[in-house]
Amino acid sequence: MVDTSPSQATTAEASIESKPDPRVGPIGLFKEMPIPVKLAAVWLAFIVIGAFYAKLDDLLGQSLPLQDPNYQPRFGEGVDRTEGPSAAHWLGTDVIRRDTFARIMHGGWVSLIVATTAASFGVVFGGLIGTFVGYVRGMFETSIMSGIDVILAFPPLILLLALVSVWQVRDVFVISLVIGFLSIPAYTRVARANTMAVSNREFVLAAEAIGTKKSTILFREIIPNVLPTLLAYAMVQAAFVIVVEGTLSFLGLSVQLPTATWGNMINEARGEIKQTILPVLWPSLALTFTVLSVNQLGDWLQKRGAYRTSAL
Amino acid sequence: MFQTIMARLGRLVATLFAVSVLTFLMTSLLPGDVIDIMLPPDAPRDEATIAEIREELGLDKKIYVRYFDWVTDAAQGELGKSYITDQPVATTIKQRIPVTGQLALTAIVIALFLAIPIGILGAYRQSRLSDQVSSVGVQVALSVPNFIAGIFLVWLFAVKAGWFPATGFTRLDINWSLSNFRVRDAWPNFKGIILPATALALTQMAIFSRLLRTDMIATLQQDFVTSARAKGLSDRYILFRHALRPSSLSLITIAGINLGALLGGTVVIETMFAIGGLGFRLINAIYARDILVIQGITVFIATVYVVLNTAVDLLYLVIDPRIRKG
Repeated sequence: MVDTSPSQATTAEASIESKPDPRVGPIGLFKEMPIPVKLAAVWLAFIVIGAFYAKLDDLLGQSLPLQDPNYQPRFGEGVDRTEGPSAAHWLGTDVIRRDTFARIMHGGWVSLIVATTAASFGVVFGGLIGTFVGYVRGMFETSIMSGIDVILAFPPLILLLALVSVWQVRDVFVISLVIGFLSIPAYTRVARANTMAVSNREFVLAAEAIGTKKSTILFREIIPNVLPTLLAYAMVQAAFVIVVEGTLSFLGLSVQLPTATWGNMINEARGEIKQTILPVLWPSLALTFTVLSVNQLGDWLQKRGAYRTSAL
Repeated sequence: MFQTIMARLGRLVATLFAVSVLTFLMTSLLPGDVIDIMLPPDAPRDEATIAEIREELGLDKKIYVRYFDWVTDAAQGELGKSYITDQPVATTIKQRIPVTGQLALTAIVIALFLAIPIGILGAYRQSRLSDQVSSVGVQVALSVPNFIAGIFLVWLFAVKAGWFPATGFTRLDINWSLSNFRVRDAWPNFKGIILPATALALTQMAIFSRLLRTDMIATLQQDFVTSARAKGLSDRYILFRHALRPSSLSLITIAGINLGALLGGTVVIETMFAIGGLGFRLINAIYARDILVIQGITVFIATVYVVLNTAVDLLYLVIDPRIRKG
């Protein structure tokens, strides 16, 4: 960062001191969190670790201590109906007696992949387009932004349904890419707005004054300052993506069966709610807690980031 | 003022153009042969049928000619017909829009009914216990997807309590003639709509009450509130009579926009409760790959959404003179 004058540098440093320190590691960050946000972080860590564990179990041919999510006892082996929680099945089983706990862990993998792929897609492409048009401006910006406004004018779920129904591929990555592609416009807007604010700061003007190349300014001055806000926004957007994927799964339009997702677990179990609500309850709680946690964490990071930019 | 309106209308036209291009391309850029996809699996695939469909779709023409034909037809309400039921798409939409409309409207009304007291309470008792409890509730309501809310409402009020039906919907039977105006089936219709509408209303309630709380806090700091208080008016009177109206401008805007969004957002809830509205038809068409129905409903919903957004913007311009120069 280019300091404009010594006096300004000292005031900036002084104000950083009273605000949260941006250079803390993950553990320091965790210590800073208020208790609800801590709980959210713990829950998310649990889901992420569970998802990786489940995937690893898949790759090792179900040899780790976790029930096979697709194992169903043969007909006649015991009663053919939902079981309640037990030592063998921590959260009970679903209608065709598959282990609910294992399926929730595996469902977490799908949510995780969709959320991270869509978010990275949005951050990278939306971020690049947004910072570029926000810094360069001109005719190019006008045309790009009006295109973006048009996509944002579409009701999102309808556009997604239409796209998913056209491409008949039901694969985690295809679903994530479609959702990711559709989230580019929102990221572009956020990136552009932040870029326009950063572009007028003294350090950018100073860099321009000493004749730094525009591309260098874009990558060395602007993007590093826009990125934290964009990442915090990605958290909020990720919560939305998880709900959208849940909705698609619930409608049977996401990943192909028998892959477990929280949405299709809820859909498969809802026929049985006259007998028991439990098989609906567990995936619903998993989905709701995850969305709530991602939202909490995102909100908190966004507020923290706001302090940071105000201290710049 | 005039310039702002013209600019807004210009953007509307551009957006509608883009909407039509996107929906048109959706079917034209399908991977594989459109005819393969359009024909139901058990339909005869002889040369004559295929040639007939090709002719009917005008597949032999250039793509922009086809787009132009399609748009001209669509503008006249001619959206083709279903390959499965043989019913014109326009008729399907006309039949089903009242159902979806009623559902969306009921949801918004329920949401406002819940959100206004919650929002006012939150502003009045700002940062106190009741405000904190309600804002936690709002956070949770925002995080529960509507299909989950729907299932638990069904479990609680249909399965356990047995007050409402779990699925199924009775249309209101209204005779609109002036001499013989009557409404039938109001009670079964009410019973059938209350659970799905509540499921949709939860998220809206959360959005509305948050918005109202913020605006209300700003209003309560204004001088006229202080002077009303100085006159010795009761807090309740000030809140509902003096402060609510100036605080509800953005609430009304968002309620309008979300009503439009809900027309496309009832898909899951309609499917779940087997309510024969637009969304339910859209999902069935998607399962059956009934392309023209998908295309027709998509373009219809998107158009309504875009037009409604513009209308709300323009209305806002009329209500609040400060934005006119914008």
